Amino acid sequence: MARKVVITGLGATTPIGGDVPTMWKNALKGVSGARTIEADWVQEYELPVTFAAQVTTPASEVLSRVEAKRMDPSTQFAVIAAREAWRDSGLEEIDHDRFAVAFATGIGGVWTLLDAWDTLRAKGPRRVLPMTVPMLMPNGPAAAVSLDLGARAGAHTPVSACASGTEALHQGLELIRSGKADVVMCGGAEAAIHPMPIAAFASMHALSRRNDDPEHASRPYDTGRDGFVMGEGAGALLIEAEEHALARGARIYGELAGTSVTADAYHITAPDPGGLGATRALKAAMFDARVQPSDISHVNAHATSTPVGDKPEYVALKTALGSHIDNVAVSATKSQTGHLLGASGAVEAVMTVLAVYDRKMPVTINLENQDPEIPLDIVTTERTLPAGDLVALSNSFGFGGHNAVIVVRSV
Amino acid sequence: MASNEEILAGLAEIVNEETGLAPESVEMDKSFTDDLDIDSISMMTIVVNAEEKFGVRIPDEEVKNLKTVGDAVNFISGAQA
Repeated sequence: MARKVVITGLGATTPIGGDVPTMWKNALKGVSGARTIEADWVQEYELPVTFAAQVTTPASEVLSRVEAKRMDPSTQFAVIAAREAWRDSGLEEIDHDRFAVAFATGIGGVWTLLDAWDTLRAKGPRRVLPMTVPMLMPNGPAAAVSLDLGARAGAHTPVSACASGTEALHQGLELIRSGKADVVMCGGAEAAIHPMPIAAFASMHALSRRNDDPEHASRPYDTGRDGFVMGEGAGALLIEAEEHALARGARIYGELAGTSVTADAYHITAPDPGGLGATRALKAAMFDARVQPSDISHVNAHATSTPVGDKPEYVALKTALGSHIDNVAVSATKSQTGHLLGASGAVEAVMTVLAVYDRKMPVTINLENQDPEIPLDIVTTERTLPAGDLVALSNSFGFGGHNAVIVVRSV
Repeated sequence: MASNEEILAGLAEIVNEETGLAPESVEMDKSFTDDLDIDSISMMTIVVNAEEKFGVRIPDEEVKNLKTVGDAVNFISGAQA
C-alpha cells in the first residue's frame, strides 16, 4: 500500500491576490487580473498585445532590496509563495535531510537572460553580472526555495511548459511514496511578462488581442474566446506523508491522492484533437488515486481560452468520465488569473485543494455565450460542494504534448 | 580626481547597494571577506561597479590583493593618478 500524502501548507502570489487568503476570496467572487501593461516597452516595440495579468503585489514589497537583487523575478515569486506555504503549514522542527523541493517553471529566468544580453551588447562582457547564471537557470526557483528553507533531500525542477506546475506535484508525490522524502515543497513560478515572450506567443497567435478590453479577454469556453492572457506569479503546496502530518497534529487540507503525466507524441504545439493523451492522463490519475469517474465532483480545468485548446480537454473529460461528466462542476480559473504558464498548475492546485477543503468552487468569469460544442457544467457564480467524501481533479497541458493531472480528496 | 574620503564614500555606497550593509560599516581597515562577509560573486559585482563609478580598470589578478576596504581605496586612488 502506497504511503498516503496530504497537503498541509498553501502559498501563492498571483494576478488576483498576493497571498492565498486574498486570491481565494477573489477567486470565489470572480475578478479579472488582466490590465493594460504600464511599461514603456509596450509602445517602444509596438507589441500586438498590450495587456497581461500581472501580480497584484510586486515582489519588491515583500522581499528586501538585497534579497531581490540576487533573484530573477521568477525566483522571487517562488520564494514568496514557498515562504507563505511554509508558515501556513506550521512546520518548525523538521529533519532537513528528509525535506525536498519540486518547484517548476515553464521558461525560467528570461528577464535575467535578456537583460544580460542587452548589457553585453551595450557595455561589453565585463559588465555582465556574475550572478547572471544562477539567476537565469531554470532550476533557480527550486534552488532558492531549497536554500531558503533548508530542504536537503533534493531540489527538483520539472519543466514541461504549461504542465510544469502540475508535474511538480506529481514529482513530489513520487518522492514521498518512494521513501526518498517525508516533506516536499511543491510549486511553480513564472515571470515572463517581457516584450520578447509576448512577441513570441503573439506570433504563434496564442494570445488574445482584446487590447481595448483586457478584463474580458480571458474567456474560456466562450464562443468569443481568441487566445490566452499572459499571467505571472507562483503557487506553492507543502505536501507531507500522512503519518508525518498526523504525528505533529497538522491541519490537513486534503489528500494528494493521485497524479499522472503522459505525452501526446502528436504535435509539438497542437493538442491531439481527440484528446487522447489527456484522456490517458485523466484515467491514469484516477487509477493512481484508486477512484472511479463517479467519485469526481469538481474539475479545475486547464482551459486557457484559446480557440483550439478548450475543446480537446472537454473531449478528454467526456471520454475519461463518461456520462458522469454531466454531474461534474468545472471551474476555469484562468478566466480570472490569466495563464501563469509553468506556475498555472501550482496555482490551480492551490484552488482545487481549497475547493475541497472549503467546499466552495471558484468561478469562471466572462462566459457569455458558451460554446455549444463544449456542453460542460461551468461554475459561473459561487457554488458549494456537498458534504461527504469529495474528489476533485486539476488538469494541465503544455506545449510539447505534456499532460499532467492531479487528484485531490477530502479528508 | 577624487580624494580618498570621496572614494571611500563612493565605495561604501556600492557595497550598500550590493549587500545592504550600512555605508558607515564600510571602513578603511575592514576586510571584505572576514569583516563584511562579502563573497567572491558580490566582490566581482562591487569591482565592476567601482570601475564604472571611478573610471578606472581593476584587473582580475589585482582583485585578490584587495583584502581590505583601504586596499581598494588606495588602488583606485593610484589608478586615477
